[in-house]
Amino acid sequence: MTSILPLKITEAVVRKRGKRLLGPVTHVIEASGFTIVMGPNGSGKTTFLRMMHGLETPRQGSLVWNIDERDARKHQAFVFQTPIIMRRTVLQNIAYPLLVGRHDKKQARETALDWIGKIGLVADRNAQVLSGGERQKLAIARALIVQPEVLFLDEPTTNLDGRSIREIEDLLREAFQNGTRIIMTTHDIGQAQRLAGDVMFLNRGQICERAPADDFFNATASEEARAFLRGDIVE
Amino acid sequence: MNDIWRGVVEAVQLIISLDPDLIEISLRSLQVSITAVIIAATIGLPLGAWLAVNRFRFRRTTIAVLNALMGLPPVVVGLFVYILLSRSGPFGVLGLLYTPTAMIIAQVIIVTPLIASIAHQAIRDLWTEYHDLLISLNTSRRQRMRTLIWDARRALLTAALAGFGRAIGEVGAIMIVGGNIDHVSRVLTTAIALETGKGDFALAIGLGLVLIGLAIAVNVTIHSISQTERTGLW
Ligand SMILES: Nc1ncnc2c1ncn2[C@@H]1O[C@H](COP(=O)(O)OP(=O)(O)OP(=O)(O)O)[C@@H](O)[C@H]1O
Ligand SMILES: [Mg+2]
Repeated sequence: MTSILPLKITEAVVRKRGKRLLGPVTHVIEASGFTIVMGPNGSGKTTFLRMMHGLETPRQGSLVWNIDERDARKHQAFVFQTPIIMRRTVLQNIAYPLLVGRHDKKQARETALDWIGKIGLVADRNAQVLSGGERQKLAIARALIVQPEVLFLDEPTTNLDGRSIREIEDLLREAFQNGTRIIMTTHDIGQAQRLAGDVMFLNRGQICERAPADDFFNATASEEARAFLRGDIVE
Repeated sequence: MNDIWRGVVEAVQLIISLDPDLIEISLRSLQVSITAVIIAATIGLPLGAWLAVNRFRFRRTTIAVLNALMGLPPVVVGLFVYILLSRSGPFGVLGLLYTPTAMIIAQVIIVTPLIASIAHQAIRDLWTEYHDLLISLNTSRRQRMRTLIWDARRALLTAALAGFGRAIGEVGAIMIVGGNIDHVSRVLTTAIALETGKGDFALAIGLGLVLIGLAIAVNVTIHSISQTERTGLW
C-alpha cells in the first residue's frame, strides 16, 4: 500500500470572517516521526491540525498528500481538543469507526472489546457519563482502532492527572512504535520532552521554528520559542 | 350539576361494561391517529434530518415555511382536503371523502410539519455536536443521517408523541373530511362534540375520559419502551 505521506503544504492560509488565523505556511510532513506542535494560546495550533486533516479549507495555497485527498482522510484519525462523545455506550462509541468503514460487525465488536480492556473501561456503560480522563482515552482508542497512518491529537492530556497522562502517553508511544505518524499539540513542556521526535513552534499563525526535539529544547533558535520555554509571555 | 354528576356515573358504567359503541369509536380514533403519526413520522423524521445535515439555497426559507405550517389551523386543512377529495375535486374519483382514509390524510398534513420541525431542531443540535467527528470519520451522507436519527431517538420519540397528542385531540379537520358518520368515521373527538350538542353528557363524558386515558396510556407505553431500551443498552 502506498503511503499517504509526505504531505506538502505550500503557502497555505486559513481565514475566517476576514481574519487570518493561520499562514502562509509552507511545510512538508514526512513519512515518519512524532511531531509536537507548541505555541501560545491562539497561535493557530488547532487550526493547523484541522487544516491538515481537511476540516478547514485553506483560502490560498495548497495541501498535497501523496495520494488522492479524498482517500487520504481514510488513513487519518483526529482526537479533538474537547472529545466528541456520541450518545451511545462505550462499546458503540469505540466500534463506530469500524462500522461506518463497513467492517464485519462481529469482528468490529471483538476489536472494540480488546481496546476497551486495554484502556480499562466498561463496554456497556453510557459513554456520556465518563470522566474527563476516560473520555480522552475513549477518544484515543476510537481514533487508533482504525490503525490510522497519521494520527492528529489536539491537547489530549490537558486537565488530566499524572496517571491518566502516563496511560495516554503509553498508548501513543505504542502507536508510534507500530508505525503511526503522530502530530500532536500540547502545552505541557515536560510531555513534549518525553514524546517529541521533533517540535514545531507556532506563533501568530506562523511556523516560527521547527527542529529535532534535542535541538529545540537545548539550542532554541527563535526568541519567541525561548521566551515560551522560559514561561514568559510570548508577544 | 346534577346532570353532570349523573353523566360521570353513567360514563364509568359505560366504560366498565365495555360499551360496544364506546369501544368502536375509541379504536377508530386510535387507528386513525396512530396511522397518521406513523406516516407523518416516516416523512417528517428523515425530512428533519435531511434539513439539518444539508446546505442548499432555500434551506432557511424551507425551515421557516415548515415552522409556519406547524401552526396550520386544522379547520383550514380540513377544508383543503375536503376540496381535493370532494366529488368535483381532483381526487374525487377515489371516493375517499367521509372515510377514515380522508381523516388520516388530513391528520398527516397537520402532524408532519410538527414532527419534522421538532426533529429538525433536535437533529441540528446533535449535528453541531457530532459534526467534526462524523466528517473526520469519512461518513457518507446517509450514514450521518442514520447516526443522527438513531442518537437523537429520544427527542424524536418526543416529537412523535407531540404529533400523536395533536392528532388524537384534533376535531376540526376530521369533522369536515370524515363527516362524523356513525359506524364509519365517528371518532372520540367528533363524538364528544355531537353528544355534547345533543345534551347526552353521559356518553360525552365517558368518551372524554377514554380520550384522556388513551393519551396518557400511549405516553406511558412509549416512555416505558424507551426506558427498557435504555437499561438494555446501557
Ligand atoms: N471559527 C472561528 N472564527 C473566528 N476565529 C477563530 C475561529 N476559530 C479559531 N479562531 C481564532 O483563530 C486563532 C487561532 O485559534 P486556534 O484554536 O488554532 O489556536 P490554538 O493555538 O489551538 O489555541 P489554544 O492553545 O488556546 O488551543 C484564535 O485567535 C482564535 O480566536
Ligand atoms: Mg487549540
